[in-house]
Amino acid sequence: MLEKALTGNRNYWLWVGFLLVIMGTGGACWLWQYNVGLTITGLSRDVVWGFYIAQFTFLVGVAASAVMVVLPYYLHNYKAFGKMTILGEFLAIASVIMCMSFIFVDMGMPNRIFNVFLHPTPNSMMFWDIVSLGGYLLLNLLISWVTLGAERRDDPPPRWIKPIILLSIPWAVSIHTVTAFLYSGLAARPFWLTAILAPRFLASAFSAGPALLILLALVLRKISSFEPGKEAIEKLAEIVTYAMCINVFFVLMELFTALYADIPEHVHHLQFLFKGLEGEGNLAPLMWLSIILAVVSLVLLINPRTRRNEKFLIFACVAVFVSLWIDKGLAMVVAGFVPSPLGHVAHYAPTAPELLISLAIYASGLLIITGLYKIALEVRGEIKT
Amino acid sequence: MDGSRRGFLWLAGLTALGAAGAASLKALAQHAEGPSVTVGLQGETRWAMVVDLDKFRLHKSWNRCIVACHRVHNVPSIPIKDDEIKWIWTEEFEKAFPSEEHEYVADRYRQLPVPVLCNHCNNPPCTRVCPTQATWKRASDGIVMMDWHRCIGCRYCIVACPYGSRSFNWRDPRPYIEGGAHRDFPTRMRGVVEKCTFCEERLAKGLKPACVEACEHGELVFGNLEDPDSEVRQLLREHFTIRRKANLGTQPEVYYIV
Amino acid sequence: MYDAGKIVLGIGIFLVLVLVPFLYNWSTPAAVTAPELKLPTTSTQCVEATDYMRVSHMDLLNQWRDIVVREGRREYVSRLSGKTFDMSLSRTCLDCHSNKAEFCDACHNYLAVKPFCWDCHVEPKKEGA
Repeated sequence: MLEKALTGNRNYWLWVGFLLVIMGTGGACWLWQYNVGLTITGLSRDVVWGFYIAQFTFLVGVAASAVMVVLPYYLHNYKAFGKMTILGEFLAIASVIMCMSFIFVDMGMPNRIFNVFLHPTPNSMMFWDIVSLGGYLLLNLLISWVTLGAERRDDPPPRWIKPIILLSIPWAVSIHTVTAFLYSGLAARPFWLTAILAPRFLASAFSAGPALLILLALVLRKISSFEPGKEAIEKLAEIVTYAMCINVFFVLMELFTALYADIPEHVHHLQFLFKGLEGEGNLAPLMWLSIILAVVSLVLLINPRTRRNEKFLIFACVAVFVSLWIDKGLAMVVAGFVPSPLGHVAHYAPTAPELLISLAIYASGLLIITGLYKIALEVRGEIKT
Repeated sequence: MDGSRRGFLWLAGLTALGAAGAASLKALAQHAEGPSVTVGLQGETRWAMVVDLDKFRLHKSWNRCIVACHRVHNVPSIPIKDDEIKWIWTEEFEKAFPSEEHEYVADRYRQLPVPVLCNHCNNPPCTRVCPTQATWKRASDGIVMMDWHRCIGCRYCIVACPYGSRSFNWRDPRPYIEGGAHRDFPTRMRGVVEKCTFCEERLAKGLKPACVEACEHGELVFGNLEDPDSEVRQLLREHFTIRRKANLGTQPEVYYIV
Repeated sequence: MYDAGKIVLGIGIFLVLVLVPFLYNWSTPAAVTAPELKLPTTSTQCVEATDYMRVSHMDLLNQWRDIVVREGRREYVSRLSGKTFDMSLSRTCLDCHSNKAEFCDACHNYLAVKPFCWDCHVEPKKEGA
């Protein structure tokens, strides 16, 4: 099946070539970073985690969101999602690989990565995060291989894969819960020290992920003869709607607790994000954009007339994705460090090499998705000639 | 499983998984290095430090400790503030003790420089989060130790420390070591986290920590909390002391006489 | 066979790539004789026997590293002489082997071995440097 990713028309190879160029450029930047050190990023003594780890955090959510198609189809026999599950699983694979890459480029000593396996540390959430991510990757690789292989032979998948698929459902929830635990178990960081962080992560993951899945399905429909089916798209749109409502509700809960109790060490981080603190406020315009996009997307999604209109749906999905990316992929991580535990306000903005390396990882994820989706579509005979 | 390409890939994948899993299980079973978190040590030695803020204010001697520590340990002086590395330094009183910040702080403490360093907490959050036990709390004497051979530079310990005690090597430190690196202590390389280790290498030779020795008027006192007759225990009996962010439950072992 | 031209070309490229290290060595006038080590003048006896050190100094150093850093013990009793040494690369070893370039590096460079100990462990300053 893998060889199906190695054939394609001119557009396919142009797209692959474009991605490889981005990957090469970022790869060269990373080699420079490996030699000189992480000083070439915008990180500093106070803001030790930034763009890389924020992307990792966001993408774990996208990876977990495959469960939103797997659960209805396999647990509740919701047939309409039949053609979408493989897309969700392949998206999960690409996302997890991107997550691991973002961690890798953020490490000070990436050549020592195996120390995590040579010296396993059960009291560290980071250890469990790596274990759960690795396990989730293996699960999805196995599940997608077996189910797609069976589809190729026009056979039903073997019976033993069903419990493994069912395992992937709580496992998907666990990968994002553990990632939230990385943050929410730290007494040093009051901005993250909240029980609602894990539920918030899941809610935003289950909005952004399916939103992306809708967009990917519609892109595939345009460039191939893949047809997700009107019911599948509508149901996914409903899932995004409910998840986004819950997510916005959780955000409002956080805002209430912090602002009403008015404890400085909780309020100051929000002040930094939305207004600026001691001259540092580069995230404020983006935060307000995130709010506006969230509200607009909710209006479009809650109203069934706009939700069922494909043009409005596409706009709403993009709005959801961008809004949540700003929230998780920029704001959440950086704001935990500003102000610092000593009350200092540091400046953070990703540098050009940092962004190029990140772009290269995103390109590698797109490359993986391209290859995997190509295989899936070829197996189903849905490639437009 | 047939001898096809797919069969080969299956077998290769299973083998890799088996090898990795076996190595990990073996390491987990041999996890005999002792706990990385020990709350409430009951051993013979528990090192602690007492800082006399008034003596520092009187003699204005903060720099002596800092220079001594940074010299003994080849700590670099990096002019770029983002990349700076410091094991012991001073913070304003209001920043070192945020719970004591208000409009009418006593004159003698307002914006007073306070020496801050790793507190070698009894319940350290940094050792709890380290994924490789490159930092751990020694059962023998309570020092929160660093293993620069094992550190993977993930900086999770820095994130977990409520005191900002730890520094990361964003670049190669060697060019920035004033006077050049000396042989009595290794430098660290770009990519690892470092912090005060209570001069464990000097304690092993029966010496006091460098910062303590540099004080001429007893501004810093170091000793064993488990010895009821030690100087630190006497000071703690006689003086009111505060610790940084004590409400977090980290049980810091650096006490400040106010 | 199909695509014979491409396959033969591919095999040829593969062989060249695999043999690059050997081709590189053939083309440069590399040392053919084993390096001559400059032995220390301050002492004739090392921490352990010469044969053992020649083969296993890396094992010894790794053991020292783990004992000093993770167990906090610093005293080493030599099996050869019964003397006690401080387990320190920069001090115990390099106090005698003070010319790293003519002792350590001579063999390491010859064998293209790049131990990264020196990223952190400080070597003695050269005379007059």
